[in-house]
Amino acid sequence: MRPAALISQALEILVALAAAPLFLGWVSQCRAWLANRGAPSVFLPYRNLHKLFHKEAVLAQNASALFRIAPYVVFGTMVVAAGIIPSLSGRLPLVAAADAIALVGLFATARVFLSLAAMDVGTAFGTLGARREMMVGFLAEPALLMVIFVASLISATTALPAISAHLASERLSVDPSLAFTGVAFTLVLLAENARIPVDNPATHLELTMIHEAMLLEYSARHLALMEWASALRLFNYACIGFALFVPWGIAARGIGPLGLSLAVPVLALKLAAAGAGLAVIETLSAKLRVMRAPEFLATAFVFAVLGLLVHILLGGP
Amino acid sequence: MPLTKWWGCARELPGAPRTRRIGLTVGDWSPCTSDVAASGGRLLAMWASACAENSPDPPSGRGPGGVQEVYAAFLTDRGILIIELPLESAAACAIPQADYPGIEALFPCASRMQRAMAETSGLRSSDPDRRPWLRHPPEAYGFIRVEGEGVHEIAVGPVHAGTIEPGHFRFSVVGEKVLRLEERFGYKHKGVERRFAGMPLLEGHRLAARIAGDSTVAYAWSYCQALEGMAGHRIPPRAAALRALFLELERIANHLGDLGALGNDAGFAFGLTQFSRLKEDLLRSVSQAFAQRYLMDAVVPGGTRDDLSATRAGSLAARIAAVAREAAELRAIYEDHTGVRDRFTGAGILTPELALRLGVLGLAGRASGQALDVRIDFPCAPYDQLAPTRVVRHEGDVAARVAVRFDELAESCRLARALLASLPAGPHLASLQPPAEGSFGTGVVEGWRGPVFVALAAGPHGRINRCHPHDPSWQNWPAIEHAILGNIVADFPLINKSFNLAYSGVDL
Repeated sequence: MRPAALISQALEILVALAAAPLFLGWVSQCRAWLANRGAPSVFLPYRNLHKLFHKEAVLAQNASALFRIAPYVVFGTMVVAAGIIPSLSGRLPLVAAADAIALVGLFATARVFLSLAAMDVGTAFGTLGARREMMVGFLAEPALLMVIFVASLISATTALPAISAHLASERLSVDPSLAFTGVAFTLVLLAENARIPVDNPATHLELTMIHEAMLLEYSARHLALMEWASALRLFNYACIGFALFVPWGIAARGIGPLGLSLAVPVLALKLAAAGAGLAVIETLSAKLRVMRAPEFLATAFVFAVLGLLVHILLGGP
Repeated sequence: MPLTKWWGCARELPGAPRTRRIGLTVGDWSPCTSDVAASGGRLLAMWASACAENSPDPPSGRGPGGVQEVYAAFLTDRGILIIELPLESAAACAIPQADYPGIEALFPCASRMQRAMAETSGLRSSDPDRRPWLRHPPEAYGFIRVEGEGVHEIAVGPVHAGTIEPGHFRFSVVGEKVLRLEERFGYKHKGVERRFAGMPLLEGHRLAARIAGDSTVAYAWSYCQALEGMAGHRIPPRAAALRALFLELERIANHLGDLGALGNDAGFAFGLTQFSRLKEDLLRSVSQAFAQRYLMDAVVPGGTRDDLSATRAGSLAARIAAVAREAAELRAIYEDHTGVRDRFTGAGILTPELALRLGVLGLAGRASGQALDVRIDFPCAPYDQLAPTRVVRHEGDVAARVAVRFDELAESCRLARALLASLPAGPHLASLQPPAEGSFGTGVVEGWRGPVFVALAAGPHGRINRCHPHDPSWQNWPAIEHAILGNIVADFPLINKSFNLAYSGVDL
């Protein structure tokens, strides 16, 4: 393994760690603007993390070891996921260990640990949130897998950088099957990242929460890691979206000074546009009743299957 | 004996319009309450003459004179009928372990009032439910449990994740579906009734104004109505018009806040920011006109604290017109938005039949077909001249309560502008003398939640002997326990918000 590849791998992860809270801050800022509200600083998530890391952690008396290690596992899986999603460069040695299907498995691992930790302390809200999270998860994962299958079929590989490079090189026009999967992916992104219309990240009403309900018992550094992991998950999902649907501008041959000077501003531009788009969707929608979430995700799955059918009908390999 | 007979025997009572009082014996108590119930009367309030709480000895149920009275006030189609039951001896009531016959079988909402009375006055009703209500003794409270496969309990509050008043809600759920909800309050019990006793009659309005801050005008006016009636004092027409203006401004401000919060609870943050802005604009205009955002202490015995100049009246009217215009636009957005409509429609249904049975009052009642509005049914000046339009819906869901708020908001804007356009000339305040010892009066004002009732008894030296303030939330809280049944637990905050009842107003 060449040092250049290692550097590009390390850079990939570091950029994700650094940019994820900023992306979250940007979405919040756009949402505030769209609601005619004074916006909080785009750096607010960093200040929040800083504050949480400097607080004393409080644990419930009956919290087990699982409750304590869950934040590290969840955070760790999100970091590894960031390592195999091509955001700046396509030259990622980690990809040899984990392809796009393993990526879905990584997200599932994080979900399982998060849900187990939420149930560990035994509060009503944690269990409620975990139950809802599993309901959303088991419907969202097949849809996400289906999206990835379509892209894999087009490019005959399951490694995300290769898919991305293939899609970027093969055509500049939008594949009709990708248009359908794009809709499916957007719906999954909203559901998996606890955004409106499936969950409301800004609510204080415990009974309506999904993701936040599972974090209620966490404090200080544990909460900071969980919050950071949430930001990373949103960032990762955005980067999966870029890799599949707007793959242009990712440096295919690793990070040289030239590649970097192009890839970084392109990524920033994509993130800015995606964040604004996400804020528009969230502002225009109301939250669905919790029991409507399965319908929402079933729609996502149907769109993904439609994408697959279109791909086969149009004579894919 | 029909209601007319009781009404005929009753004596006129000063204060609230069309109010009469009748003294009963234990033997008459049950027939009278049955007749009131049979004629469609609603329980408005229930209280005891003494408030022995905080005394060194536990309340014995007997005042120093040995005589205690139990009162119940009913809204009937003839007027407000107040019945009084003196309890001269423990043997007067033939029921063992009870001081008077309870009326919870006829008026289910009486149950909590009777439980609270048992704690504040020591008088026990015949209701077998003897659990504490306002107080929190160390023993665990006996929540009613639901048994069954997969049933579990969710306990919410009294400490919440947001800045909300304290209340405990015990849900029994299967999956997401609510099988039973039981409320537990009293966390803000602060001895308001005890505090009233001995206060100067001319200062009591200030405490009344602080019972529930969002209904400060309704409480202060209700208190002053009782006081002025007892003193035989007529307030100047300008004062009456200004009070009505305050009351409508309070209604507009609260409806604006609720409509925004309801949008937010449906995940539609746009609604919250827009309505919050409208509310803030209104409050600032109110503050410019009266130096008070929420008009606390604006109503004083004899009239109003402040007058309103013509120029300020003009700018306030312009602001109200703007609020009405923009609220109408936002209403169109709420009604056109598929997601918001889906959340509101069919959530938390309280059927008109159930609302009637539970005696639901005010805004929540009007969304469930209960066409009661004190401003229209028993108008005091200036509502007898204004003729407000009655707003009634029959669906009983969150959408109906939202629609009633929108309709009332528009109507209150119209009333406020009409009041501002033709404010009578003359003084806004005329001083009054405190009423004589032993006088008794009531006040009732349609606040934004519903009728706010005050019963006032004067003691010696211009001081209060007994004052009982009553919030419509007493009647309406039990209705939420029914409206939530069969809904999913995640919809509770939205349903609860659509009622938006007072905690402080019932945790006296």
